[in-house]
Amino acid sequence: MECVFGMVGKGFALVVADTSAVNSILVHKSNEDKIMVLDSHKLMGASGEAGDRAQFTEYVQKNVALYQYRNGIPLTTKAAANFMRGELATALRKNPYMVNIVLAGFDKDTGPSLYFIDYIATLHKVDKAAFGYGSYFALSMMDRHYHPNMTVDEAIKLAEQCIEEIRSRLVVAPQNFVIKIVDKDGAREHSWRRTTKD
Amino acid sequence: MARYDRAITVFSPDGHLFQVEYALEAVRKGNAAVGVRGTDTIVLGVEKKSTVKLQDSRSVRKIVSLDDHIALACAGLKADARVLINRARIECQSHRLTVEDPVTVEYITRYIAGLQQKYTQSGGVRPFGLSTLIVGFDPYTGVPSLYQTDPSGTFSAWKANATGRNSNSMREFLEKNYKETSGQETIKLAIRALLEVVESGGKNIEVAVMTNEGLRQLDEAEIDAIVAEIEAEKAAAEAAKKAPAKET
Repeated sequence: MECVFGMVGKGFALVVADTSAVNSILVHKSNEDKIMVLDSHKLMGASGEAGDRAQFTEYVQKNVALYQYRNGIPLTTKAAANFMRGELATALRKNPYMVNIVLAGFDKDTGPSLYFIDYIATLHKVDKAAFGYGSYFALSMMDRHYHPNMTVDEAIKLAEQCIEEIRSRLVVAPQNFVIKIVDKDGAREHSWRRTTKD
Repeated sequence: MARYDRAITVFSPDGHLFQVEYALEAVRKGNAAVGVRGTDTIVLGVEKKSTVKLQDSRSVRKIVSLDDHIALACAGLKADARVLINRARIECQSHRLTVEDPVTVEYITRYIAGLQQKYTQSGGVRPFGLSTLIVGFDPYTGVPSLYQTDPSGTFSAWKANATGRNSNSMREFLEKNYKETSGQETIKLAIRALLEVVESGGKNIEVAVMTNEGLRQLDEAEIDAIVAEIEAEKAAAEAAKKAPAKET
């Protein structure tokens, strides 16, 4: 029932994730932040097994930081995506990570980019991506309404439309969503869409 | 496999570890490095040999970041330093990953010193030929610290210390002139100590300042300005000394 989706706009990339932490029929909390700020200009929205999600995303975050200290410059989004894919691939035939990731980043020379990273180490560079049951609705909405070089307002509106579809059509829809954005000024939280208080 | 398990660092009959002492000699031949702890600022200064004209100086950073809040300067074998620094950087991130907290200055110093000690008690290896000065602010408490390690693996905290070439002269100067300082005064004290043994000028010194906000490397122009200030103060002090003598 977890949903993570994202899209690329003009000079920015957006990642939206639900904020529910669920165990069978119990909702532990509805303000769980699943979009990790990987470094100053990267966002990583992750869905899947809660333990694997935390473990893998934190591991990637520390390795990205280590690279920066060692080399004096941060990893590009493409390099970070490939690093993640490599780690997932190595673990796949032994002890797979059940995590699906949408990686959004902004690089000074190549602009915004979005990567779709599957739990079986699929890697695709895309303009729009979605995971979970919500992806059926989010991808359809984005296929209909997305166009390249959208403004932030247009993209937020599209994200809201996707959230509305998920809320109304998914039998056990998540209650709250968080939207985070990354552009030349960095990665940051944009806003929340709540139906319940935390 | 040939017998590479024989220890290189063994005790001498009179209780010395000569390899460690020779490593300390290597440190004594390395470039001068000084560290001064203030109340809100910690300063690291390192001597830069200016004889290399064709070298791209940006690729030779002598004061390095281990994490956002920890910096290190060293004297001795720079290649050995690369290895230690790499291990320390990994440990900083590993600590963050396992306990979700940044390292304290003492923790990472103990780690580096522990590594240095291991290589004095293992087969087929030689000690690291460098002493390090480690500075930083502890997370949450914000307490500034300056630590020194040496090839034997000992470490301790200092208010101010020097290592490398002519470290004794610098330490003597610091012992005479140290007092609790903050901000610009701490920077001046560190540079004054370095100038005791290094040729004056911005291109012969590398200085970095650690505050709560992080590490800042001073550029040549800034260092030149502070050096000029120091020289002016020295000249004024000299003049003041001579003036009363004239009256009598």
